[in-house]
Amino acid sequence: MFQWFHRLASLKNFYRLAEIITPWLTVICAGLLAVGLYRGLVVAPTDYEQGESYRIIYVHVPSAWMSMFIYMVIAFCSAIYLIWKMKLADIVAQVSAPMGAAFTFLALSTGSLWGKPMWGTWWEWDARLTSELILLFLYIGYMALRNALDSPAAGAKAAAILALVGVVNIPIIHYSVEWWNTLHQPASITKFDTPSIHISMLIPLLLMALGFKLFYLVNMLSKTRSVILEREASTSWVRSRLQENKL
Amino acid sequence: MGAKPVAGEQTVKEFFAMGGYAFYVWMSFGLTFVVMAAITLSTVLQRKQAIRLVKRKAQINSNSDSVSGQ
Amino acid sequence: MIKSFIAVLRRDLLVAARRRSDWLNPLVFYVIVVTLFPLGIGPDGDLLRQIAPGVLWVAALLATLLAIEGLFRSDYDDGSLEQLVLSGQPLTVLVLAKVLAHWLITGLPLLLLSPLMAIILQLNLTSIPALLASLLLGTLTLSLIGAIGAALTVSLRRGGVLLALLILPLFIPVLIFGSSAVIAAEGGFAVEGQLSLLGALCLLAVAFAPLAIAASLRIIWE
Repeated sequence: MFQWFHRLASLKNFYRLAEIITPWLTVICAGLLAVGLYRGLVVAPTDYEQGESYRIIYVHVPSAWMSMFIYMVIAFCSAIYLIWKMKLADIVAQVSAPMGAAFTFLALSTGSLWGKPMWGTWWEWDARLTSELILLFLYIGYMALRNALDSPAAGAKAAAILALVGVVNIPIIHYSVEWWNTLHQPASITKFDTPSIHISMLIPLLLMALGFKLFYLVNMLSKTRSVILEREASTSWVRSRLQENKL
Repeated sequence: MGAKPVAGEQTVKEFFAMGGYAFYVWMSFGLTFVVMAAITLSTVLQRKQAIRLVKRKAQINSNSDSVSGQ
Repeated sequence: MIKSFIAVLRRDLLVAARRRSDWLNPLVFYVIVVTLFPLGIGPDGDLLRQIAPGVLWVAALLATLLAIEGLFRSDYDDGSLEQLVLSGQPLTVLVLAKVLAHWLITGLPLLLLSPLMAIILQLNLTSIPALLASLLLGTLTLSLIGAIGAALTVSLRRGGVLLALLILPLFIPVLIFGSSAVIAAEGGFAVEGQLSLLGALCLLAVAFAPLAIAASLRIIWE
């Protein structure tokens, strides 16, 4: 009984906390993205090897980073959910998965759009793009499994186990794909590797990456609040908030 | 995006041309914008739907309360 | 613990011996898939030899996928899986026994048949030891990983496509190392590197997959 109250309280507290910080995060996120876009598209100099096409890096690399970051978030939340049965962790994992899949899709399509001028083909079996494609499959499987099971509780637990199995496999998949890539293309072109990126090009990249991260955080917090509202719709704290017109 | 005001039309044109890579660069940024806008939209809709659900449940409860009160 | 391991292993082997379709169907599937490739791309021997390692491995992988779907199916339907989960015995050991029995029934025949399939695809006879060694370690790993997916989807009526979606991405490292071992053998290179990587994956799977399988099965009766 105590645990039940405790759980309820933590959802309620999270709702409050997210409510307070979301507006601030939204403002900072918009600022970072605006400055990052301006500095990336206008201020940053032209790359002497790739011309203007390198500017795709400012959406491709942050998307790729987010795709992996969100999977880590899901795996971390899944572990917490399985060990401590914390409902909040499951909700965060649940709302994060479609966004992770969306960023993986973005990383793939912008990578393809970058590959066309650089490699001359829309798709190259490059190690990073291949890993990203497999990550998309993992996301799709995760979401499909959660939706397929009839009871939401069973779906949540099954999805959590799958996420943990996936996260153990991701380094293995990544390593094996890289190994496969060097094996079959001895002199592979690693255009996406920019070892000595100039500082004026790096700053916008970091701004955009941070902006993407905050974008995810803002949306994740808001979606989590929505799910909390739906699950707690008949509790007294939601009722009293409704009466005060402060949902 | 109004770039450098002094340089005028030519620079703006150059900016949008992206050194001949306009299609690839603007497709990438456009696609990113569309996906992020879709995520934002789904967040807003999800919130509206949740609030609607809470209101409906409150209504059902208050109705049943008044019925049992009579 | 060892006693219950052996008991489960024996029971599953006996049951399987009576149900022939369980082990025969994936085997026939394997043969047909391999046969389709020469029909699809033409009887050019050199080309076939070149793609043989990949074709044999992909076919073995699909056959494993097909077979693994039935791993828990009949036990779930007749209620014996529930008894196993609620028996109080260490479930990780019991599921390891089940997977091993399943591999002996479906994986081993596939292994024994693969030299024949290699000959059909004009693979050099000298590469067959590498093919067998890689398939031995690889299919065992695939069965263990696949069993996680089978456990997660056993309560679904039509889990087949979902199962493929869940576990095929996880099969990729095994496919890469397995087929590259055969490719290396074809080129006359050493295959110890690939085989030891496959061995490492197999050990990892033996250590961790039973935990995930047991956890997945427990969900159903919680």
